[in-house]
Amino acid sequence: MGRRFLAYPYHLWTALFTVIPLALIVYFAFTDRYTAAFTLDNLRQAAQPVYLGVLWHSVWLAGVSTFLCLLAGYPMAMILAKSGVRYRRMLAMLIVVPMWMNFLLRTYAWMTLLEKNGAVNALLAFLGLPPIHILYTDYAVLLGMVYNFLPFMILPIYSVLMKMDKSLLEAAEDLGADAWTSFRRVTFPLSLPGVYAGTIMVFMPAVTTFVISRLLGGGQYMLAGNVIEQQFLAIGNWNFGSALSVLMMVLILLSMVGLSRYDKDGSGGYFL
Amino acid sequence: MQGEEIIRLEGLTKWYEDDGPTVLDHINLSIRRNEFLTLLGPSGCGKTTTLRLIAGFETPSEGRILFDGQDISHTPPYQRRINTVFQKHALFPHMNVFENVAFGLTVKKMPKDEIEERVAKMLALVNLEGYGKRSVDSLSGGQQQRIAIARALVNEPEVLLLDEPLSALDLKLRRDMQVELKRIQQRVGSTFIYVTHDQEEALTMSDSIVVMNEGRIQQAGRPEDIYNEPKNPFVADFIGESNILPGRMIRDGLVRFADHEFSCVDKGLGVDIAVDVVVRPEDVAIVGAEQGMIRGTVESVTFMGVHYEMRIVGEDGFRWLAQSTAMTPEGTTVGMDIGPNEIHVMKKEEG
Repeated sequence: MGRRFLAYPYHLWTALFTVIPLALIVYFAFTDRYTAAFTLDNLRQAAQPVYLGVLWHSVWLAGVSTFLCLLAGYPMAMILAKSGVRYRRMLAMLIVVPMWMNFLLRTYAWMTLLEKNGAVNALLAFLGLPPIHILYTDYAVLLGMVYNFLPFMILPIYSVLMKMDKSLLEAAEDLGADAWTSFRRVTFPLSLPGVYAGTIMVFMPAVTTFVISRLLGGGQYMLAGNVIEQQFLAIGNWNFGSALSVLMMVLILLSMVGLSRYDKDGSGGYFL
Repeated sequence: MQGEEIIRLEGLTKWYEDDGPTVLDHINLSIRRNEFLTLLGPSGCGKTTTLRLIAGFETPSEGRILFDGQDISHTPPYQRRINTVFQKHALFPHMNVFENVAFGLTVKKMPKDEIEERVAKMLALVNLEGYGKRSVDSLSGGQQQRIAIARALVNEPEVLLLDEPLSALDLKLRRDMQVELKRIQQRVGSTFIYVTHDQEEALTMSDSIVVMNEGRIQQAGRPEDIYNEPKNPFVADFIGESNILPGRMIRDGLVRFADHEFSCVDKGLGVDIAVDVVVRPEDVAIVGAEQGMIRGTVESVTFMGVHYEMRIVGEDGFRWLAQSTAMTPEGTTVGMDIGPNEIHVMKKEEG
């Protein structure tokens, strides 16, 4: 009793911005564009091979970029957690500062860098290496995803590593484990909650992005996010767009359930 | 049994920052095989640093550590035949009891059936048979401590280091574990190096005690010697309760303090020099007011179970701590006798 009213603004917020929009999307997904009658046609249309292909491609790219973020982010998180206070602050700044810049701007910057006569190829030519042409391919999209979402992988892993009891590592070392063994058997298993949280925080925006794929993938490049955006903004078919969104939500939900199975103690951040 | 030396510390010195304080100042110590040695001292005295240097978690700034005659100062911990029981257990939370105890053996890639046999034996030694499948979180503090001991001992280390392992336990459990630890040490016959700030714990369990303060060894010896013949006021004060008085050595066998001349057994300190005198509370004999060597008034009496502890204000104003099995009411004037053997005279500390 008493303090419960403090939660009312949050209930209101959740209702206005989560429950109602979600309900609207589900409503649109299951109703006819013109008659507003209940129908499964939208979903049936969304399940066509061409759209499933796009969906699968999005999941695949998001998965690969999540994996690359993990490969690059885990060592970074370890370095961050192990360094002294002042050095750590500087490193953390270096990771976070790019996020202060506009997301679009950062992605545009990559476009100019990766152009046929852009900075990257100029540097390669200067070094006597052949130029690369990755703009408007999967590689550029992957690069954009990893570049933009890497901090979301580093930070949760870093915070778990920081909280880890250092005497556990001393204990492992004391019991005969060299650096690699104690990483494999103590540090990594104990950091899994951070890995789960980071995985979800990277995978979610990566699988739904339409900006990175539009800019670095080119106009014809389609990921799930682009198809949905197109339905809503260009074609104006909200019902089909909603059906695609619902399909994607189900897909994400399933992959999260799959992931949480490995998260034995339930301390992972899949609620994020 | 106890005999030849296993660990030798030579001029062991440690500071953490280049211009920082010296945590450990030229420690020299010889530790014999199979002994139960305790490093005793207040917090910040360097005892834990000494332990961490022996374990290999720190490297000495100066001096060296010899193990069986070989310099191991820069050998990483995982190559030392030494294991540690940590203050806060440091059990692996993602493993069950069996996996925790087996950790060292699986790292060494020992055959599975041998691991199972040795872990079972260890769990029996610490009275936790059948706990293998339990998660470590489900155990009580005392049980977790036993698992930590088992996890270290299963590797059959030649030296076991224990860093205040009982400090988190309540008094009764701590007493039980003291007896238990001593039993375990005698069963496995390894050398135990035990760090504590609890003088009672040190006196009950140890074969030898090293009293440390401010990075230096104050006194090393058998518990009885340290208790009965403290070398300086710090040791006297830290080990048990003491009356420490300023005094003057008049000549060999005669010392003056509390406005009275006492005969004593100390010799060779010099003639007419300032000294500190230590008298244990249980060595102050309460007698009739007119019969004692010195006189005082009982200020307070506390019943301690077996005996009464009294504060007695002497005529010179010194407040004596005395113990007696007889009750003397507050305000009574009493006499106090101190025998020659009960008086410990020590040179005044410089500075």
